[in-house]
Amino acid sequence: MARPPESAAWYRRIEGLPIIAVLAALIVVFMISAPHVFLNARIYLAFLSDVPPLLVLGAGLTLVVAAGEIDLSFPSVVAFSGYLLAYCVHELGQTALAPVAGWLGLVAALAGGALVGWVNGILVARLGIPSIIATLAMQFFWGGITTVISGGLSYSLTEADQFAVWHVLVGRVGNFPMQAVWAFGFAAFTWLILNRHRFGEHLLFIGDNAAVARVVGVDVEREKVRLFVAMGVAAAFASVLLTLENREFFNTQGGGYLLEVMAAVFIGGTSVFGGQATVVGSVAGSFIIGLVEAGLVATGLQGFWVRAVVGIVFIAALVFHMLMDQPARRAALFRMLRGRAEGREGSPSAHSMGSFSSKGGEK
Amino acid sequence: MNGSPAAPAADFRYIVRTEKLDMTFGMVRALTQVDFAVGRNEIVGLIGDNGAGKSTLIKVLSGVLRPTSGRIWVRDRLIDPDDYSVRMAHELRIETVHQEKSLGEKQPLWRNMFVGRQITDRFGFIRIKEERAIADRMLRTAIGLRGAGISVDSTVRDLSGGERQGIAIGRAMHFEADLIVLDEPTVALAVSEVRKVLHFVETIKQSGRACIYIEHNLANVYDVADRLVIMDRGRLVGDFARGQMSLNDLTEHMISLHEERAGGTAA
Ligand SMILES: Nc1ncnc2c1ncn2[C@@H]1O[C@H](COP(=O)(O)OP(=O)(O)OP(=O)(O)O)[C@@H](O)[C@H]1O
Ligand SMILES: [Mg+2]
Repeated sequence: MARPPESAAWYRRIEGLPIIAVLAALIVVFMISAPHVFLNARIYLAFLSDVPPLLVLGAGLTLVVAAGEIDLSFPSVVAFSGYLLAYCVHELGQTALAPVAGWLGLVAALAGGALVGWVNGILVARLGIPSIIATLAMQFFWGGITTVISGGLSYSLTEADQFAVWHVLVGRVGNFPMQAVWAFGFAAFTWLILNRHRFGEHLLFIGDNAAVARVVGVDVEREKVRLFVAMGVAAAFASVLLTLENREFFNTQGGGYLLEVMAAVFIGGTSVFGGQATVVGSVAGSFIIGLVEAGLVATGLQGFWVRAVVGIVFIAALVFHMLMDQPARRAALFRMLRGRAEGREGSPSAHSMGSFSSKGGEK
Repeated sequence: MNGSPAAPAADFRYIVRTEKLDMTFGMVRALTQVDFAVGRNEIVGLIGDNGAGKSTLIKVLSGVLRPTSGRIWVRDRLIDPDDYSVRMAHELRIETVHQEKSLGEKQPLWRNMFVGRQITDRFGFIRIKEERAIADRMLRTAIGLRGAGISVDSTVRDLSGGERQGIAIGRAMHFEADLIVLDEPTVALAVSEVRKVLHFVETIKQSGRACIYIEHNLANVYDVADRLVIMDRGRLVGDFARGQMSLNDLTEHMISLHEERAGGTAA
């Protein structure tokens, strides 16, 4: 029987190893092309202070994609929750509530994210609106609401470091940024939920086939509502880290994350079809995104190049994952390449090339 | 859990009973006024044409579908339809092997064994070692698995149709319910494996439990069922105790129903 051997090679059993290897290779490339930057610890400390919001969002979105859903509203949560935090710190910081204003801000931000997520969950699970549309509508709505209630203003939070919450969440221990600790902790927690908890298993089965999940006794609607609430809270937490680190709130913050976070998740190897997901991959994907952005600039290429290179890394990662997961296609590709190299006609490679070209010819 | 299961307590007459069950899907009436009952230690064969409503009936009984109207009793106790669910059916010790897909394709077998009722600690984290050990034991004895390199880590999409059916039946066997519902469990199985399923049905009887067995092969179901219930176009149209009708007569009867139906639609 053509079954893969069960004692699969050790390197296949380490989650996300291929994409971690890609990350390591990229670092080596940048060490060679921009040694003055990448052989210095400072750039890595900069990553650890800048990547955490992306990482938290990526870990949360991994759960959503695992369940075969998508959330496009998280950028607005980054703005909305950021506003709630900024309001508490800035306005309540002047009142008798000052000693707890920072903590109130944290709670308000997380509660705001949970509210947005809960509304998403109701729309998707109870009303049955496809998540790509429902959350897109909510992205507009909450983004608009944030602009309205903030009056389109920004808050400068230069005084943020007077609050304990700032030191706990984004302070420095020596040189080490605290937000990295929280982000890695959050990712580890998400990994445990996905791979070890009942809830994560339910998400995987829902993403695999919702009808099957229902038949085996999973309360699909309830779990989806919980999922979107969890994503809302994750986005709110990312927003808190971002706003405190920047010591600034502006009402369009978060907009740039939409594509980056999705790129990080799919570069990491999570399946767009649902039912299969890797948090480790998403963490590596987040760092790849951060690395390419910082690395290209350090290498001396203009910033304009960043998106193009992210696109190349993205598509390369997708092809790479496809080849890893589908041995038949990998074999076909190798046959084709070998056939090309040897320049033979009528070899098995000619057959596989034929099938590729005939596919392309179908119209 | 693996010893011989205790027979269900004898303080009830019917493990399940329905009254005036109706089920409509848009314009389709899948069930019409169905009064159906299964005794505490009874094997009921449920037979009928394609689309007669057999699967719909057992999906209502197993909590997958909520009936449009009608009442359901489990162990002579009336069920609140708002509360009823697959989970509750499991808690009431009703186990179902569904006709169509009931396994997560991309998930390993050990997860498929326990999904929906995982063995967890009190925080909801799965006791993976324990689940895997039980799943491993199940695989060794399961029907339809010839030990062809299948392990608890195999994913369902790597299995053949018969192997999948074996897993679904094995899962139902493991949970040792008081009512086991089998919806065409043998369609994908080789002859020798079919015999094992029939043997399984016999052990259900011997251990004092009940079974609803849906099957198109009349010879299979005729031998093991205490009672045969015939469905046609959403209604119960026949109810025969074992031996009341010979297999030949039964076959003739089913064919005449079929022809009547074909004639009816032609007219
Ligand atoms: N989810 C659904 N939506 C719409 N119609 C349905 C649905 N499920 C079943 N039906 C219809 O209800 C009727 C009964 O279907 P059911 O699956 O119960 O038949 P069955 O007796 O199990 O048939 P078979 O022997 O072919 O499995 C059919 O006409 C079918 O088309
Ligand atoms: Mg059926």
